[in-house]
Formats: sequence, C-alpha cells, structure tokens
Amino acid sequence: MRLDLLPRARPSPWLDLLSPALAFLAAVLIGGVAVAALGVSPVQAFVTYFVAPLSELWSIQEVALKAAPLALIATGLAFCYRANLWNIGAEGQFVVGGLAGGCVAIATQGSQGFGSQGFTGWILPAMLAAGTLAGIAFAMIPALLRVKLGVSEILTSLMLVYVAQLLLDYMVRGPLRDPNGFNFPQSVSFDDAARLPALFEGESLHAGVPIALFGIGLGALVLARTLFGFEVRAVGASPRAAGFAGFSDARLTLGVFAISGGAAGLAGICEVAGRIGQLQPEISPGYGFTAIIVAFLGRLSPPGILLAALVIALTTIGGEGAQIDLKLPLDLTRAFQGLLLGLVLGADVLTRYHVRLVPGGPAAKAAS
Amino acid sequence: MSFDIVQMVLVTVLTAATPLILAAIGELVAERAGVLNLGVEGMMVLGAAMGFAVATQTGSTLLGACGGVGAGLLLAALFGLLTVGLAANQVASGLALTILGLGLSGLVGAGYVGMKRDPAPHLHLPVLSDLPVVGPLLFGHDAFVYAAAFLVAGVWWFLWRSRAGLSLRAIGDDHTATHALGLKVRKVRFLAVLFGGACAGLAGAYLSLAYTPFWSPGMTAGRGWIALALVVFASWQPVRVAAGALLFGGATVLQLHAQAAGLGLPGQLLSAVPYLATILALVALSLGRRQGGSSAPAALGRVFAPSR
Repeated sequence: MRLDLLPRARPSPWLDLLSPALAFLAAVLIGGVAVAALGVSPVQAFVTYFVAPLSELWSIQEVALKAAPLALIATGLAFCYRANLWNIGAEGQFVVGGLAGGCVAIATQGSQGFGSQGFTGWILPAMLAAGTLAGIAFAMIPALLRVKLGVSEILTSLMLVYVAQLLLDYMVRGPLRDPNGFNFPQSVSFDDAARLPALFEGESLHAGVPIALFGIGLGALVLARTLFGFEVRAVGASPRAAGFAGFSDARLTLGVFAISGGAAGLAGICEVAGRIGQLQPEISPGYGFTAIIVAFLGRLSPPGILLAALVIALTTIGGEGAQIDLKLPLDLTRAFQGLLLGLVLGADVLTRYHVRLVPGGPAAKAAS
Repeated sequence: MSFDIVQMVLVTVLTAATPLILAAIGELVAERAGVLNLGVEGMMVLGAAMGFAVATQTGSTLLGACGGVGAGLLLAALFGLLTVGLAANQVASGLALTILGLGLSGLVGAGYVGMKRDPAPHLHLPVLSDLPVVGPLLFGHDAFVYAAAFLVAGVWWFLWRSRAGLSLRAIGDDHTATHALGLKVRKVRFLAVLFGGACAGLAGAYLSLAYTPFWSPGMTAGRGWIALALVVFASWQPVRVAAGALLFGGATVLQLHAQAAGLGLPGQLLSAVPYLATILALVALSLGRRQGGSSAPAALGRVFAPSR
C-alpha cells in the first residue's frame, strides 16, 4: 500500500470548509470510543460535553467568557502563523499582560482620582493599555532575536513562557503580596474602578467579551483590508514572491509578533481585571496554548477562529461538567483537543492534494 | 571543597544530563532527516507516565522502560503519519503532539500519582565501582546512563560512518534530489521520526523510573523543549549534544545547590535559570556563527510530497 499525494491545481473551496468539520467529527467519534473504554455511555458524555453547557444561562456566559480570550489570542496568532512565523509563547505574553495591568491597578489602589469629582475612569483604560504594551514588549524579545541574530523564535518564545510564569509567581509572593492577606500568595483585591464592569446586573458576563470582539474585528479588518494584512497573506502563500515584491522580512516579523503579543497581553489583563479581580500565582488555565489549537481549527481566519473558540470553550466547560457528573478526568479534554488539532492538520491535506491510496506490495513496485 | 562533594556533584550533573541526552539524540536523528518534531515534550511525558505504569504493574524496570519507549513510538508514528505521510505542517503537528501527550499522560498516570518505586538498580562492579571519583563516575550508574552514552556513540557512528547515515543526512538536506536518485525519502523520514520517539519515550521513562523516581503530572517540566534547543545549540552534532546536555545538567544542579544554600536570591529566579540559559545559549551560538552559514539540515521543517 502506498499513499500518493497529487497537488490540486487550486485549493478546493468547499473542502476548505468541510475538512475542519470532518476532523471534528472524527475527533468526536474517537473521543466516544475512549469514553466508552472508560466505562461511560458515549451518548451521555456527548450531551454533557456539547449540549449541557448551552442549556443554562450561567454556563452560556461561562462559554462566552472562555471563548473571548481564546479567540482574541488566536486572532493575533493567525497573523504569525500565516506569515510562517511561530510564536508559541502567547501564554507568556498573556501572563505578562495580566501582571503589568495588575501593577497599574495595585499602584492606583485607593486613589481618589482627579479633581473634586474624583475621576477614576482613566484607571481601567490605563490598565488595558499597560497590559497590551507589556504583551507587545514581551513578544519583541523573540522577534528581535530572530530579526537581529537569526535565533529560532519557536524555542525562545516558548522558553519565555516559563520565565513569565516564574516572574508572576515571584511578584505575587513578594513585592505585590497583600500586606493584610495573612501571607496568602495573592495581591490586594482591585478597586471597582479597576474592574471590568459586568454587562448585566448580577451576571458574570463582563466587558472583556465586547473588548475581545472589538479586537478580533480590528484584526479581521487589518488582515483583509490593509497593505500590512496583504503582506502577511502574501508571505504565507508564497514567500519567494513576497520577497520579489520587496516586502521587508524584518518589519513583517516585528509586526506580526507585536500584534500577537498585544492581543495576548490584552486578553491577559481582561482576564485579571474581569473574572479574577486580583493577581494570583496562576492567572491562565493555559489559554495561550489552547489558542494555538483554536487558530488552526479556525483555519487562521478571524470568523473561523471565533467559531473554533466557541467549540473549544464548549468542550472545556463541558469537560468540567463531565468531571463532576461522569467522573471523567479533565485530561481527557486536553487529549481530545490535541487529537482534534492533529486531525485538523491531517484533514488539511484534503484541501491541497488529491489523496490516492495505491495498492501494491513489493511485487507491484518491481513491476512499475 | 572536599573530594566527596566534587564526586557527588559530578554524578548528579550526569544524571541530570541523561534525560536531555536521550531526548536530544533522538530528535537529532529526526532533524538530520529533515523532520522537525516539536512534540518531544509530549512523547517524553507520555513515556514517563507509561513507563511508570508498566513498571508498577509488572514490577520490572526493564518492562517499564520498554513501555516508555512504546509510548514514544506510538506518538511518533502518529506524527510521522501526519507530517511524512500526509505532508501536514510540522510545527503545528508537533504542538498537537505535545498537547495530546500531556493529556494522555494525565489519563495513563491518574492512578499512579503519589506512588513510589525503588529507583532503577545501579551498576556495581567489585573494586572498579569503589575507586575514588572515577569509580562512581564510570561504573556506578543505572542502565539508562549507559544507554545514553551508547546511543551518542552509535548515532555518531551511524551518521558519519555508515552508508545509511549518509543517505539520511542527504535526505535531510535535499528531499527532491534524493527522491530523484531513488532514495526512499518518506520511509527514511518515518523511521527517523520513530527513532526520535523511542528515544524521547526512554528519556521520559528515565525520569519516572530512575531520576525522581515517581510519577507526577507534567513532570518533564520543559525538558523536551530544552532538548530541542540542545540540538540547535549542538549544530546537529551528536557529541556536542552530549557536551551541551552536561552543561545544562550542570546549570540545573548549580541552581538546586544555590537554592539549598540560600544565597538570598529569589527561588523563582533560580528556577528560571535553565530557560534563560537556553535562550542565552542560542544567542551565543548565533553570535558565534555570524560569518559562517547555518549548519541546520537544509530541508529541515519543509514538507515533501513526491511528484510521480
């Protein structure tokens, strides 16, 4: 048996849409078998993972709150991956963004604001700006090392994730620890002026979701409608042609890293100022890594990423439900997501090649 | 410093370097064939979980090591199918493999958290092992350490002294030309990926069976990624991989000792040393070779779909 790949003259447009769906279906089927092997009814598990989170208002909000940072980070990463640059350190940029924005919140703690009115409305925008800028700055390290010294951005961006996590850990246990916090490793709780407001009274959905949607829309616009976006797409489609067109490799690298770092940093501070409301040793359940899956599952296009983020958020919330209701381990969700990414990448082949399975062993080879 | 301490430090450096050598030497072969497998961390951590599970079930460290190798092979086969068979993107597939491996290792190891085993037995030769310094350093290790040394020598011989190794390196440099010459590009690459997986699985099994020796989720703690950096750092040369791994093992041990000594530095800074050292090593390397070209296999990371 031999697997032959014959390049298609042009990518098939409907397979482009169908292949992630096929991959998802295959992942669900394999997941079903795995669940059955763990002694749980696959139908029941499917309901818990994919239907139950959508049946109640609070869990729908949870899905939206999880999907927002994932989609925002993944939109930034799509710029990198389209340009064949591999920022896999979004997790670190997320953490640094949350830390920097959190520092602003702590520094302004108890501030009376400007003037007699006590204007504190500037604090939240300052936090968001600090988070975004910190994310950009942190992403500049691997980008500059690549541009100036030719160091692989893959390894440096990943190594910096560990550095960022340790930095946050140090700050929260050291300089930023709440002096009245009974030695718990956490900062003071932020003032209301430093929190993202809830969208509806008494609900968990907060302003981070529209901020993320705005960021994703902006990303989509830049990618589709600007010269820079065109450069990114051109380099992805044909690096040689882009070189002849005179697009600067260095500027592109710095640009896409700035976008992805900024998006991750913004997502980080939105998480801290939204759901958490203080700094803790851990502020991310792996958003930066999961966003990589989201980016590819969404085929590196903002609308697809939005959809993919919802699906992945659904499985994550569903996974938490499955852990409680069905005693299924959380690692099952992670394995499922890794499998899904692998299948999406494999299914990608269908859009670029005609796949032929040619029968024949050594005898057939000798004949040919 | 007394004699005993020097001896102890050298031995710990060697044990800290062993998992890095094992994982990096396997990845080196895969990369020499032109395949960049970023899934080392995933294969390693699944190897650690599977190795510990099998060893606990059977009571045999050898079978445990085989289990670890098997787990690495399984994930590597999946990766090979995707990237070599289906010409999928290698970077993204490697990331998928890491995420999958971390998830699966949690599933496999769930029942074994908190359990302890005796570490893998150490070699003991009468007279020789009792020699001062040289004894424990050369004749007092477990089988994994010797396997690592053997693999470095074997891979060096294979790549530079055998015909098959020459073909493998040629394929890693130019898949189109070697395909035209009639070499089996995809078969060789698939086998190289499998070898990398087996080595990563063995490295993981070493962690859970000899180094710690217990299983805890995510216990590889980025060693797979450091192994990847080591291959770059070593300019794709087996002997330099071993030297680099010893350097990193030294940095790790130094950090542990500094933490114990309480120098007043924050523990987090010391914990960040291996990662910062990796970045610095890559920077130093690229500063050093500014005038020369890159020594990376020319076709590294590029997909190959043969035109018939």
